[in-house]
Amino acid sequence: MSFFNSARRIATGCAAAAAAASFATNVAAGGHGIDLEGKTVEWIIPFSETGGSAKWANFYAPLLSEALPGNPTIVVKFMPGAGSTKGANFFQEQEYEDGTLIFGSSGSTQFPYLLGDPRVKYEYADWNVVLASGTGGVAYLPPDLAGRVADGGVSAIADEDFIYGSQGATRLDLVPLLAWEMLGLNVDPVFGIKGRGDGRLMFERGEANIDYQTSSSYLGGVLPLVEAGTAVPWFSFGALDGNGNIVRDPTFPEMPTFKEVCDATDGCETSGDQWEAWKAFFIAGFPAQKMVFLPRGAPAEAVDAYAEAFETVKARADFADISAKRLGKYLQLTGGEAQVALASATQVPESAKDFVVNWLSDRYGVVLN
Amino acid sequence: MLSTALPALGDAFGLILQPLVLAYLALGVCMGLAIGVLPGLGGIAGLSLLLPFMYGMEPVLGLALMVGMVAVVPTSDTFASVLMGIPGSSASQATVLDGFPMAKKGRAARALSAAFASSLFGGLVGALFLTMFILGARPIVLLFRTPELLMITVFGLSMVGILAGRVAIKGIVAACLGLLVGTIGEGASSGALRMSTYDMPYLTDGLKLVIVGLGIFAVPEIVSLLRQDRSISDRALLGGGWADGVRDWWKNKWLSVRCSLIGVVVGVIPGLGGSVVDWIAYGHTVQSAEDKSEFGKGDVRGVIGPESSNNAKEGGGLVPTLLFGIPGSGSMAIFISAVALLGSGQIEIGPSMLKVNLDFTYAIVWLLALANVIGTLICIAASGGIAKLTSIRFALLAPLLFMVISFAAFQSGQDLMDLFALFAFGLLGIMMRRFDWSRPAFLIGFVLSDPAETYANQATQIANSRFRKGFGEGIEYIFSPIVIVLIAVTAISIVIGLRQAKNIAPEGHVESGSRKAPLVFLLAILGYIVAAYLNASLIPDYSSADRVFPKFVASVGIVGGLVLFAQMLLKPETHPLFADRETRESGDRAYGFWSTLAWFAGLLALTSVVGFILALAAFLMCFISIRAGKSIIFSAGYTAAGIAFICILASLLNRDFPPGLIQSYFTLPWPLG
Repeated sequence: MSFFNSARRIATGCAAAAAAASFATNVAAGGHGIDLEGKTVEWIIPFSETGGSAKWANFYAPLLSEALPGNPTIVVKFMPGAGSTKGANFFQEQEYEDGTLIFGSSGSTQFPYLLGDPRVKYEYADWNVVLASGTGGVAYLPPDLAGRVADGGVSAIADEDFIYGSQGATRLDLVPLLAWEMLGLNVDPVFGIKGRGDGRLMFERGEANIDYQTSSSYLGGVLPLVEAGTAVPWFSFGALDGNGNIVRDPTFPEMPTFKEVCDATDGCETSGDQWEAWKAFFIAGFPAQKMVFLPRGAPAEAVDAYAEAFETVKARADFADISAKRLGKYLQLTGGEAQVALASATQVPESAKDFVVNWLSDRYGVVLN
Repeated sequence: MLSTALPALGDAFGLILQPLVLAYLALGVCMGLAIGVLPGLGGIAGLSLLLPFMYGMEPVLGLALMVGMVAVVPTSDTFASVLMGIPGSSASQATVLDGFPMAKKGRAARALSAAFASSLFGGLVGALFLTMFILGARPIVLLFRTPELLMITVFGLSMVGILAGRVAIKGIVAACLGLLVGTIGEGASSGALRMSTYDMPYLTDGLKLVIVGLGIFAVPEIVSLLRQDRSISDRALLGGGWADGVRDWWKNKWLSVRCSLIGVVVGVIPGLGGSVVDWIAYGHTVQSAEDKSEFGKGDVRGVIGPESSNNAKEGGGLVPTLLFGIPGSGSMAIFISAVALLGSGQIEIGPSMLKVNLDFTYAIVWLLALANVIGTLICIAASGGIAKLTSIRFALLAPLLFMVISFAAFQSGQDLMDLFALFAFGLLGIMMRRFDWSRPAFLIGFVLSDPAETYANQATQIANSRFRKGFGEGIEYIFSPIVIVLIAVTAISIVIGLRQAKNIAPEGHVESGSRKAPLVFLLAILGYIVAAYLNASLIPDYSSADRVFPKFVASVGIVGGLVLFAQMLLKPETHPLFADRETRESGDRAYGFWSTLAWFAGLLALTSVVGFILALAAFLMCFISIRAGKSIIFSAGYTAAGIAFICILASLLNRDFPPGLIQSYFTLPWPLG
């Protein structure tokens, strides 16, 4: 499937979903809502208390509680295990009861699903999405290498021996690893770090000489280094516009996107299987990274109640301010837009999947059977 | 630097020294003490409990509450370590070695107050160190790159030497076994499976420290005490204990200073966490002591060393958290996300913290110190009373301990398998204790397995890249001055350790018995190590990074095991090789081994059928009325109190209980379902 086809598919989906969303709003206005007064909503996060998803859920939980009908207590329940597939498999077995169970998935839940991990027993199509939160990513270099790129383009660092601290080739790191390869960089990923923060520390210690961070971590952890002159931003992965095109990241409008850098580099193509694969997994991992779901069998009024509650949260006067600090300036999609985000994150063209599965096995010996 | 530090320090004291802030701090301290007292529950559980209240709270009040809670967990977990021989958390495992023998001798109050005095001192040293160090810490922390981290890990492993027990090779094989158990699951480098399969997802994540620690230390002690059917203390409690303990600490104040510094330094280095700091401190205490004959039998220095280090570590652990935004431990990770909820989110933990919020940084540091003072005073005041627990008949305590450790174990993975794993490690711990295999060596191996493997792989890979750039660059990377110093320290530690280990019995003296039982146990261990070796050999070449470490460790273990086997064939039955507790202690035992263990097994088996709460009710009722021989009315009251306690705890922490078979068919109301 070509790039244009998939863009059109997303655009069509967008229109259809927008229609569905306006219909849904009408229904909810009619007064068929759910009431959660006196109830306790469990929000399952398939990771430990210490990760990025915990941060995200802890940010939304008190706001959501204020916005849901009946102001239920919301407790975030952590169910880590098997790279988040344990919690997702558990959620798959649940049936809608009274709207007191929701699930937060992340890129690390989406990737095993896309790659056909044998542990995956869940099916996104069964669930009902009510929120999709995006993020972005920024790649950065030490000042001397950044200077060489500024002078002579990517080819000036083609012979450099790069070290990159990575959590694993099948995780979100797949996106930067594939990007380095497309640019023709000679990168040796050092696996086994426990989080992106450790990767940044490796960069600060001078052991790694290329790194990327998600937006909020870049703002908090790398920007001080940039100001101190020990790191230089190179490119952002970009963001998606309404038509499914990659555009400059609204949080970092001054940075070129990976697409721009790739276009300007000999041997890096922004079309064809490799590009499609990168783009598909980038979308699954970043612009639609974290989503909130109701379990299968949820009636429309429950889905609408949650979607509206997230709308209310987004409409708060202080939301732009508090969310920019904690989540970065990204779209927090609800209703039909969330549907589109879900589709783009979980319906990846077969050719892209095949490409990545082959690439993982050729390059890293990773076999997912 | 001083010109920015002093005003900020003044502002910090202005923030802290308000009645309301101090009240919140005291509240946090009390909650932290209550959580820390329960074995297996620590700062993560406590902070999760506070998290929902943090949203929008006045920042300094929220900080007071959270810091108060985190600071005192390593203080109050000493109760379980000293009184019951159960490591309350990973921070006080080493305290068990000498603290518990002291409790058995009726000196529990003295051991506790020495521990608390050391904790307080360590906490204050940590805070003082942070105040002076935090503005200049960043470049120093960055000097610790992967080779340095690897060498610190190796240094930690060298503590196995001093804790190896009377037969050094047994200690080394025990450590190899611990290292191998630590590799179970997906490899960190390329996800290859070691001794596990995707058909049993539980094992692919690896085993949790809570379960291994409780299994190896707690279950054997509980079972052993139960068999004797008496109180923990074998004599009347000695009065006036707490002042003696403080005096003991004062006599060893320089030891306390040294161990506090060890705690701060290990805590400061991101990536190692604090799980091993108490062992390093204990090893140092033994190595530096003149008279080593009493260690393991109740030497108060064995309490002072680890306890000085584990509170100092909390201060050190704040450095990577505050300076780099990289949590030094699980509880620090929650702390970071909780701080972001405070007020309007104006405090963001991370590199900008020192510039923008230096006053809050100092406020956190000194809240930590103050929390230590309050917590210690409360603990010392309570220690005399709580020490009386050791004079209660143990059969009345044991069921509650089984209840709490099962609950705590289940929280680590929320899987019924957690309980089976606890039982399996309990059995291993019982056997290791019986045949005098060093359990500390096993645990050190387990804790350091992951850092040892990961850092070794990473350092090799990065060094290779440096060598490609030039030989000099590679050598410079590997042999930095810090690495050379660490190599020297490690070598000295190993030599001293191995030379003196046979004089030190970390777990008391054990008689030798017959030939057969110790031999069978050795063969069982050797069998597992061989299986681990063969299993690792199957890992294909493209995942070789996940193969090297288990293969190497297993090779060492196999060689050690074969040497032991040969020695066992050659030496007489009286040799320490054939240590077996069943020959000596059998005289003062009222109950058999299997019938005692069967009670615990029964609780777990019943849980897997009817769920935890129903099983627990039956277990408590039967145990108290049959085994402890109490009246039905007493048993019913005991059972009701136990169930009420665990239900309140679970509802406060918002946790579930292990479900059984019937819960998968019927929907039962909480807490039954």
